[in-house]
Amino acid sequence: MAGKVVTVSSGKGGVGKTTATANLGTSLASLGKKVVVIDADIGLRNLDVIMGLENRIVYDLVDIVEGRSKLRQSMIKHKKFEHLYLIPAAQTRDKMSVSPEDMVKLTDELREEFDYILIDSPAGIERGFRNALEPADEVLIVTNPEVSAVRDADRIIGLIEAAEKGPGKLIINRLKTDLVERGEMLSSDDVFDILGLTIVGIIPEDELVLSASNSGVPVTLNEESKAGQAFNNVARRIAGEDVPFMNLNDNPGFFRRLVGLFNGK
Amino acid sequence: MTSLLSRLFGRSRKGSGTTAKDRLRFVLQHDRINLPPERMEQMKAEILAVIAKYLVVDQERVEMALEQRDRMHSKLVAEIPVAKEQHGPAKSAAVPAAQNSDSAAENGANDSAKARQKESEHDTEDAKPEVKADHADDVAEEKKEKA
Repeated sequence: MAGKVVTVSSGKGGVGKTTATANLGTSLASLGKKVVVIDADIGLRNLDVIMGLENRIVYDLVDIVEGRSKLRQSMIKHKKFEHLYLIPAAQTRDKMSVSPEDMVKLTDELREEFDYILIDSPAGIERGFRNALEPADEVLIVTNPEVSAVRDADRIIGLIEAAEKGPGKLIINRLKTDLVERGEMLSSDDVFDILGLTIVGIIPEDELVLSASNSGVPVTLNEESKAGQAFNNVARRIAGEDVPFMNLNDNPGFFRRLVGLFNGK
Repeated sequence: MTSLLSRLFGRSRKGSGTTAKDRLRFVLQHDRINLPPERMEQMKAEILAVIAKYLVVDQERVEMALEQRDRMHSKLVAEIPVAKEQHGPAKSAAVPAAQNSDSAAENGANDSAKARQKESEHDTEDAKPEVKADHADDVAEEKKEKA
């Protein structure tokens, strides 16, 4: 069976798209899938550092596209997963060095060998996004429960639908459950009401994500990390499993409210 | 009981999260059809100006807004209440203006206005003063342009 191309997009930058791509890559690899992740953000290479593979880069996406390197020798194998590879972005070139057709050609080749080809799309709605969108079988849209991020997500969802790549699926990243409980943050239901797309993941805010990317170790391997486990759940849903959403409410919070109630607060 | 449950399980609807949702809804409705709020207001004013040529509208209760079925389909929904009194005292200004006009369409429009006035002659209630004033001004402007 031919592999599936999943593009991770967002519209707005800084919502955790690259982190999401890296974590979905390791999660899918943990499930025993053969995975390659492609950094399509040419000129602003980042997926390599998040995955802890920055020291191993010899060739990049533009080298492959321009025929300077063979596909096999350009893919970087992950330290912890035998079937997880990275194709890094070129750091010194610009987005015009790769065309949407180049991406289709490349991913068609990769489909024969891998179960999943994850593409980390650059922020924005220009060439880099077009490159990442063109070969996609499925598009994930990462957003934060914030006005600016949801607005940009809506814009990108419109473009995905116009390109007949829709409907995409949503990953709501960095949800602060305590703020949602106090009514001071958009809830995942609110985001669903507004954007009207299926939610494939709700990732709680989690400091362990930062420590993981600081050290280049996948947070999905950390069983203590709620965000890591939430990413594992997303990967299982992408792989076709029916996984219930985690209960993100902290129990102490619930009991505190219960006690508060009986104290007449 | 509902409030007990909502205090236990729900969240306050008064926080900034609700404001965020309302603001997002508003901004996305305009984004999705590529019509910024200002242009929308302009369009609203123009539509009402056209209607005012034929009908006295209860300006205070006019509602015109975008409604969203789903993300791909929005519709413009307008509720434009017609004032009880149609071209009452304002008519005296409207009719002479129309009679001087060469435009057939305008004559037609005013003919129908005349007919409506006949129908409602027994009606004693006045239309809202500011509506009358607006209408009279419009007519005066038309007159000027034609002169």
